[in-house]
Amino acid sequence: MSRLAVPKTYKLYIGGKFPRSESGRTYEVAATDGTFLANAAKASRKDARDAVVAARSAQSGWAGATPYNRGQVLYRIAELLEGRRVQFVDEIERSEGVSADAANRQVDEAIDRWVWYAGWADKYAQVAGNANPVSGPYFNLSVPEPTGVVAIVAPQNSSLLGLVSVVAPALVAGNTVVVIASETLPLSAISLSEVLATSDVPGGVVNILTGSPAEITPWLASHADVNAIDLTGAGGLDWVDLEIAAAETLKRVLRPEGGTDSAAPSLDRITALTETKTVWHTKSLI
Amino acid sequence: MTDITQAVAPRATALELFDGPVTDANLRRYLEGIPGVDAVGLEQRAAGLGTRSIKTTSKKWALDTIIGLIDLTTLEGADTPGKVRSLVAKAITPDATDASTPRVAAVCVYGDMVPYAVEALGAHHAKGTDSGINVAAVATAFPSGRASLAIKLSDTADAVDAGADEIDMVIDRGAFLAGRYGQVFDEIVAVKEACRRADGTYAHLKVILETGELNTYDNVRRASWLSILAGGDFIKTSTGKVSPAATLPVTLLMLEVVRDWHRLTGEKIGVKPAGGIRTSKDAIKYLVTVAETVGEDWLQPHLFRFGASSLLNDVLLQRQKMTTGHYSGADYVTID
Repeated sequence: MSRLAVPKTYKLYIGGKFPRSESGRTYEVAATDGTFLANAAKASRKDARDAVVAARSAQSGWAGATPYNRGQVLYRIAELLEGRRVQFVDEIERSEGVSADAANRQVDEAIDRWVWYAGWADKYAQVAGNANPVSGPYFNLSVPEPTGVVAIVAPQNSSLLGLVSVVAPALVAGNTVVVIASETLPLSAISLSEVLATSDVPGGVVNILTGSPAEITPWLASHADVNAIDLTGAGGLDWVDLEIAAAETLKRVLRPEGGTDSAAPSLDRITALTETKTVWHTKSLI
Repeated sequence: MTDITQAVAPRATALELFDGPVTDANLRRYLEGIPGVDAVGLEQRAAGLGTRSIKTTSKKWALDTIIGLIDLTTLEGADTPGKVRSLVAKAITPDATDASTPRVAAVCVYGDMVPYAVEALGAHHAKGTDSGINVAAVATAFPSGRASLAIKLSDTADAVDAGADEIDMVIDRGAFLAGRYGQVFDEIVAVKEACRRADGTYAHLKVILETGELNTYDNVRRASWLSILAGGDFIKTSTGKVSPAATLPVTLLMLEVVRDWHRLTGEKIGVKPAGGIRTSKDAIKYLVTVAETVGEDWLQPHLFRFGASSLLNDVLLQRQKMTTGHYSGADYVTID
């Protein structure tokens, strides 16, 4: 017996919930050959605003979790990704038009990368922090702390790997994230939001918007409650203006990266979204 | 209680309405004769009024109006003179980055903090007028109201002597729910009298119904009538210490009583929703409800107030968004 197809209309992921776009807009996601895959929500500036509010309210809790706990929570996401790999492979195959092998390789690499970053959660501070020698009987310690709310434009030419490569490092230090997924390849991002919703990540720590980066990014770049903006996937936008807007509120800016594997895994991606706090403390009085 | 008009007088129009003295019996007959509230209709009407879309210039006007209607409030056990001084500083200069920001209507503090508020306000003290910032004090054993009448009256007189321009009193919910309307009525009349200053003028009296404890809309409607009959200048929803505090349906209901009273007597009574109004979006719904129920006339400080503390910051953020064109953040307003 034949079945009717079930066409999907996906929603956004904001504050641990799945709301429709405030604007009510959707757009069609198509495969490379033009066939219909699904409808995705087309986020508006107000959705971005709501996402920032959610990220802000989740930030202190996420940053306050112990690094060990953050590592565990992030590792759990990798476990869930592994459990749903068939779905991810299928979506990548269909939306990128690549072979099953290539899709499998992308999912493998994304999961491995997530695990790699999860491992850094309770280690990066030892590497990026320092005990500074000073000319007095004091301990002088520099420690990295999360920047706060990070807005991210995900790489536009990659479904899952690009997204993971920019989101995971931002989370390691305790930042919360508002990420604009690839406009043409949003299905993996939507599935990732379903993974996150069923994981231990508190609502609001990751907020995923689908839609037009050209429309939403300027609002995030100028938003005074966003502390850093990662423009990795914004190469196709007028990113110089975005950087200028970001400078108005003293945001940290990561510039666009191109190439086949933009945002390659590195400790720098973690420390770029941290602030160094230096504290003085007296040595014991003997 | 029999006839309390001998000692102190309730509102003159109330006496006319009752065609004689206000006794417990005819008060009960009157209040219980008021028709019941259509709860579904009320909530639907309130929800309907909440769907209006207020944009651009209207929104800008609304935001400025909201600031001018705020009773900036701090009612914590941990209040200090320093906290009150910083509250007053915020009332005088809500947004240091924008001198065109209007000032709030009043600061609302506990009775013992009134002298510090008055001192901090200095020349900005409006002293009961609309041209500056008034000092409102909560009195009568706020928030529970559980104290003897003598204590409540001296609490009130104390705050008035210290320079409070407005008194926010709580009704005795226990007596009200037990049906002793006369006692509640008496207390309001007596507190009103305690609001009298040496020169014969009166501090403004706001009567807090604490609607979250009255349980039904019918009770809210009765308590509103009772408070107005007894001489309250304002009826206020809540103390902010009980959940639910102010809700849109309850405020709508109280506004309807105020409208009916105005039609009946020509007198204008104020309404103050307090507690739980934290966002500009919510506050704008209240503005719409006021304008649609009693008319835009009521959107001035002596007839409508918001009792709020965190609302002001949200309004300032919205205001900054409208002025600068980009979203603002909590780093750009004061920490409460």
